[in-house]
Amino acid sequence: MAAPGVASAETVSGETRPAFGTVAARLAPVLATVASIAAALALWEFVSRSGLISEEDLPAMTTTFQELWSMMHTRAFWAAFGQTVRGWALGLGIATALAVPIGILLGSSQFALRAFRVPIEFLRPIPSAALIPLLFLTLGTTLQSEVFLAAFGAFWPLLVQTIYGVRDVDPVALDTARSFGVGRFERLYRIKLPSAVPYIATGLRISSAVALILAFTAELFMGTPGLGQIMNVAESFGLTVQVYALALATGFLGLAIYVVFSAFERWALRWHPSQRAAVQ
Amino acid sequence: MSRRAYHAAAIAAEIAVPLAILAAWQLWTVQAQDPKFPRLSTILVEFQELWLFSQFELHVVPSLTRIAAGFGIAVVLGILLGIPVGLSRWGRILAMPHIEWWRAMPPPALLPISVVLLHSIENRQKIAFIAFFCLFPILLNTIDGVRGIDPTMIETARSYGVRGLARIRRIVLPAALPQIFAGMRTSLSLAVIMMVLTEYFSSTSGVGYVLLISKNTLQLAPMWAAIVLIGVLGYLLNLLLILVERRVLAWHRGWRAATAQ
Repeated sequence: MAAPGVASAETVSGETRPAFGTVAARLAPVLATVASIAAALALWEFVSRSGLISEEDLPAMTTTFQELWSMMHTRAFWAAFGQTVRGWALGLGIATALAVPIGILLGSSQFALRAFRVPIEFLRPIPSAALIPLLFLTLGTTLQSEVFLAAFGAFWPLLVQTIYGVRDVDPVALDTARSFGVGRFERLYRIKLPSAVPYIATGLRISSAVALILAFTAELFMGTPGLGQIMNVAESFGLTVQVYALALATGFLGLAIYVVFSAFERWALRWHPSQRAAVQ
Repeated sequence: MSRRAYHAAAIAAEIAVPLAILAAWQLWTVQAQDPKFPRLSTILVEFQELWLFSQFELHVVPSLTRIAAGFGIAVVLGILLGIPVGLSRWGRILAMPHIEWWRAMPPPALLPISVVLLHSIENRQKIAFIAFFCLFPILLNTIDGVRGIDPTMIETARSYGVRGLARIRRIVLPAALPQIFAGMRTSLSLAVIMMVLTEYFSSTSGVGYVLLISKNTLQLAPMWAAIVLIGVLGYLLNLLLILVERRVLAWHRGWRAATAQ
């Protein structure tokens, strides 16, 4: 569907002159989306101001946004924001650097996959949250703890997706390459890797969200510096408005990461949507 | 290598590698003598003493109850909300911004808020928290599943006069079910994580609480036993859901196999 701006440009040029109905039909969903968001924000304001939920428990929407706005003018906020992003980026980076090569290795060899299937199936569902106390006692409240936790959590979805991707290579393409004498390394580089890219992109989208959750968790529970840590401090001082504003900031960060990584996923998937089976 | 020898070697590796990892853990911990990393044998003894079954009722049952209640609410709400939203274009347009926002929100950022808002650190807060974050994967997959239904199927149902609730129950729900289960698998693993987080944040019982207390009192063996238990719970719950899915979707696999030929 064309953007609303494109639609109105057409009307001005007068060449195509779509009926008013078409423009309205294109604009309506956008307006409805905006209206829906506005309605939710208004509801938030109303519930708090009317005392349906006391303002002490749920600060009004305007109060919260004002608080966020004034926090955004402080250096401490951006320092914490940067620390959270750093923990997230390092965790996701390390997870990618490990999961993709290991996934390619395990996906290329039936034997290796079977040998490591049981440990993977057992480690994968372990909630990384369970490792928090262990990390607290071993690595302490350091950046390493946060990065380890984020990397551990982000590793598994990416590993599984990479294995799926490599195993899903078109066997005809592989056999053709082999019969043309294309070497083992080049087959990997030219055929297996490109066809695994869409799966890896899906894995990255999932893992990027997981890494943020765990970076924030490490800060909230272990006190590693970052948004989670200042939220913990605000909470223990009973600064409810600040807690809400920080949650809002974290939500926007999560949304930004999601938007970027799902755009990358769509881009990676553009050339073979059919390959995209039932991935979560 | 002959085919049979290869299979034998593969099976041997499948058994040997996990055992080798466990043995390496035991040997390394015996040799390292680090109190933070107790021996595998110590952990297993502790596991057996704690969870089989002296503390089972006190801490495992509350945790499982919270997971079951939170996950159950999320499944019911996700399907009940997802079907009408998925069937209506305007429903999707109006609902998607909210779903996308909450799906992208890191759950721990709402932990302090959930305590403030619900005035509770008891089951009410924990179940609400688990249910809220388990809702979105199920909701999104239900919407997607409903949208993906073959229009011919709906048209056929309409022309045979199958309408209203009967159409939803007999056509829409079964057709969307495979994808709903995909969402449920994501949500169930989330539920275990949320259980640990809420209990570790503030609580008086549960596996996450044991984790917190044993950390605070530097009791390493119970802490490791709790970590192992959470892993085992995650594994078993996932297995249980896969079994349920196989049973519920047996018709689907049969149908897929038949149409593939």
